[in-house]
Amino acid sequence: MEPQTVTRAGFMRLTGAVGAGLWLAVAIPDCGPPLRTGDKDFSPNVWVRIAPDETTTVVLNKSEMGQGIATGLATILAEELDAAPAHLRTEFAPAAPAYVDVQFHDMVTGGSTSIRNSWLPLRRAGAAARAMLIAAAARRWGVDPASCTTREGVVYHQSSNRSASYGSLAGDASTVPVPADVSLKSADRFTLIGKLNRRLDVASKVDGSARYGIDVRIPGMVYAAIARSPVFGGRVKSFDASEAKAIPGVTDVVQVSTGVAVAGKNTWAAFQGQKALRIVWDEGPNANVDTASLFAEAERLSKQRKGEHVRISRGNPDTSAGTVLEAIYRGPFLAHATMEPMNTTADVRDGSCEIWSPNQVPLRALAAAAKGSGLAAERCTIHTTYLGGGFGRRLEADYVEEAAEVSKALRKPVKLTWSREDDIQHDFYRPMSLNVVRGVVSGGKVIALSHQVVQKSWLRRWLPQAITNGIDIEALTEVDDTPYEIENLRVTYIDHEHAVPIGSWRAPQANWNGFVTESFVDELAHAAHQDPLAFRLAHLRHNPRAAAVLRLAADKGAWGRNAPGRAKGLALTFWAGSYTAMVADVSMQGSTPKVHSVVAVVDCGTIVNPDIIVQQAQSGTNFGLSAALTGKITIRNGRVEQNNFYDYTVLHMAEAPPIEVHVVPSKAPPTGVGELCTPPIAPAVANAVFRLTGKRARSLPFSDAFA
Amino acid sequence: MISITVNGTQHDLQVPPAMPLLWVIRDELGMTGTKFGCGAAQCGACTVHIDGVATRSCVLPVSSVVGKQVRTIESLSPDASHPLQRAWIAEQVPQCGYCQSGQIMAAAALLAQNAHPTDGEIAKAMSNICRCGTYDRIKSAIRRAAAEA
Repeated sequence: MEPQTVTRAGFMRLTGAVGAGLWLAVAIPDCGPPLRTGDKDFSPNVWVRIAPDETTTVVLNKSEMGQGIATGLATILAEELDAAPAHLRTEFAPAAPAYVDVQFHDMVTGGSTSIRNSWLPLRRAGAAARAMLIAAAARRWGVDPASCTTREGVVYHQSSNRSASYGSLAGDASTVPVPADVSLKSADRFTLIGKLNRRLDVASKVDGSARYGIDVRIPGMVYAAIARSPVFGGRVKSFDASEAKAIPGVTDVVQVSTGVAVAGKNTWAAFQGQKALRIVWDEGPNANVDTASLFAEAERLSKQRKGEHVRISRGNPDTSAGTVLEAIYRGPFLAHATMEPMNTTADVRDGSCEIWSPNQVPLRALAAAAKGSGLAAERCTIHTTYLGGGFGRRLEADYVEEAAEVSKALRKPVKLTWSREDDIQHDFYRPMSLNVVRGVVSGGKVIALSHQVVQKSWLRRWLPQAITNGIDIEALTEVDDTPYEIENLRVTYIDHEHAVPIGSWRAPQANWNGFVTESFVDELAHAAHQDPLAFRLAHLRHNPRAAAVLRLAADKGAWGRNAPGRAKGLALTFWAGSYTAMVADVSMQGSTPKVHSVVAVVDCGTIVNPDIIVQQAQSGTNFGLSAALTGKITIRNGRVEQNNFYDYTVLHMAEAPPIEVHVVPSKAPPTGVGELCTPPIAPAVANAVFRLTGKRARSLPFSDAFA
Repeated sequence: MISITVNGTQHDLQVPPAMPLLWVIRDELGMTGTKFGCGAAQCGACTVHIDGVATRSCVLPVSSVVGKQVRTIESLSPDASHPLQRAWIAEQVPQCGYCQSGQIMAAAALLAQNAHPTDGEIAKAMSNICRCGTYDRIKSAIRRAAAEA
């Protein structure tokens, strides 16, 4: 199959353009040979195998980083297989072309795409396996396969009162040809989809037995840390390792591409050694970069319209026939701060490279392993572990390459662990952004809107083929695809190149643009003397799905009814084919917003695991709230100023509101939910604060905006 | 040589006295349920019990636990049957799960001291960080375990 051109619709923001027709036209990658199998297992395709002891293993081409995808994918496959939930196990797929995603043509866990991209392939894989098990039973019994039924891992032939478990049929089923075509269940026959609520990974996550990358231990392993240039792009000029080598337990010091590595008998020795290194850095050209100069540069680009690319220009957006509102919004860099710091264990010896790594991109990890070890990719193996959080940080495989390089240099297995300071200071950050907006209201409606986004492109580096006409489509998420009906509209983009590494951060870049658009809609409603709910609905007449989500949120969130000293704020955003609307109930405690409760409504199509959707809505909301309250990374002298959780502060229980989630029933195919609720919380809270105080946040975090 | 008692077993170790207990538990003893999150006693992923008190082990010199009882998540129950572990499952608390060993150990110490904490007491005692934002479910699980006790 030829790789499809990656278009806007073909990337993170897959929309209705990729419908059922294309799905069927795309060859499902489930016909390859099984990759890991026991002799007596039934392995009809790369996605599932059934052992004689009934164990039904679903192979996951997606990483489990908390979003519940192990349970979600197993649910989808098990539904068509009619597997017994008690027999289900999951394992992470090796890095292999057989496991590429139908959309990315890569192994990628990102963009809240896993459920919808796996929806048909895994159902077909499960249905094919079921058909083969039935064929095996029918052959054994000499009956018509059409007279057999299945339920919870057993084939039945009711008229002769016979039954056979899947495990007992595993051997026979392996000799049945793989069916060329399978029929899928209608939704009214689902027994797991829409019902299965217990996560398969929870038991191992309450007793310490779940194994994350950082928990990997292999014989003869040393523990390593790397001192990297504090200035972006700096290089080692010289170093003195004598003090580091004097640390008890330190065994090796070696220069690597990203700095100087220290290895020792335990992580503590490596961390102590890292601190004891005396390194002279060639700081390169970026030692003068700071946050203020970056924003000044963005403003210059904005005013000069230098490198501005037009995404949308329709009607007369420059009209002044009404009340004109102009505003500039400024968004900070953000770090991911996954609970599990970056780490990878690498064993590069005897011409092979074996990697254990918590990652969201196994094939990119494979390429990184090859690069770091200097070996061909065929000589490298990737074992993907559980991830202690991802949030987009682990769409990069930098730490895999580092681990392979250190192991190669030391000729020993190495576990590389980043300290929290390494993690905060050497991230691929949510990009800073300058958004210049102008709106015109007349007759209670927006008649014109222009929105210029000045933001460093992430896709230019990460998925260059997705850049079209100089435009990073991700940088315009929530901007060029506004759900609101606006006749005269201009959307433009300027790629602001600078030295700070940037990447994907939960709901890129909706996590910032959603704040701008939903705050500015609120500004426009105020200028038009309209209620923010009625104003939004007046612009959603062509979008009944979005309007329904918004109405339900207003209803459940008791919009219009405020307790004394409190106000409510509203926001509507969309992501990965799904819609969400949120009502936040807020008071001010000094200059700090206190969020008392949040009501979130989610429409993500067919509901696969109801409680996991609720979990993700709660998680996404808290992740967005955490950043909105205090999140910012600042740069001074080319260095990140923050170090650890004491100065890159995140949400604690005391600030976390109760979040009531309502999921809209739907017969549409399932769409994304993992990142869906991160964008709307900041504008919902900001809009409430405006109603309370008259202060409008045009930057984040609130700790600065309302200071 | 330093001698410490972890989960009821004595270990004689050749480690520097200043080495934090976390790394002794994880790297020297090979028990990986206790997690590294920050190395600065900020996040609580490394929470263990020292003589029953919830303690952040990432900044705690191993020499300071000589003669004391160290308990890790691995010893909370033999089969995930501790009321908090059952409550964690019932409330489906964990997402990525990385912080949950520390959360459960912090909660266990809280309930041992205060069998029926108020919401305010829970929020005050539970200062561990969870980047998945499972806080509301942690609170529910603690209330559930307290109600069942």
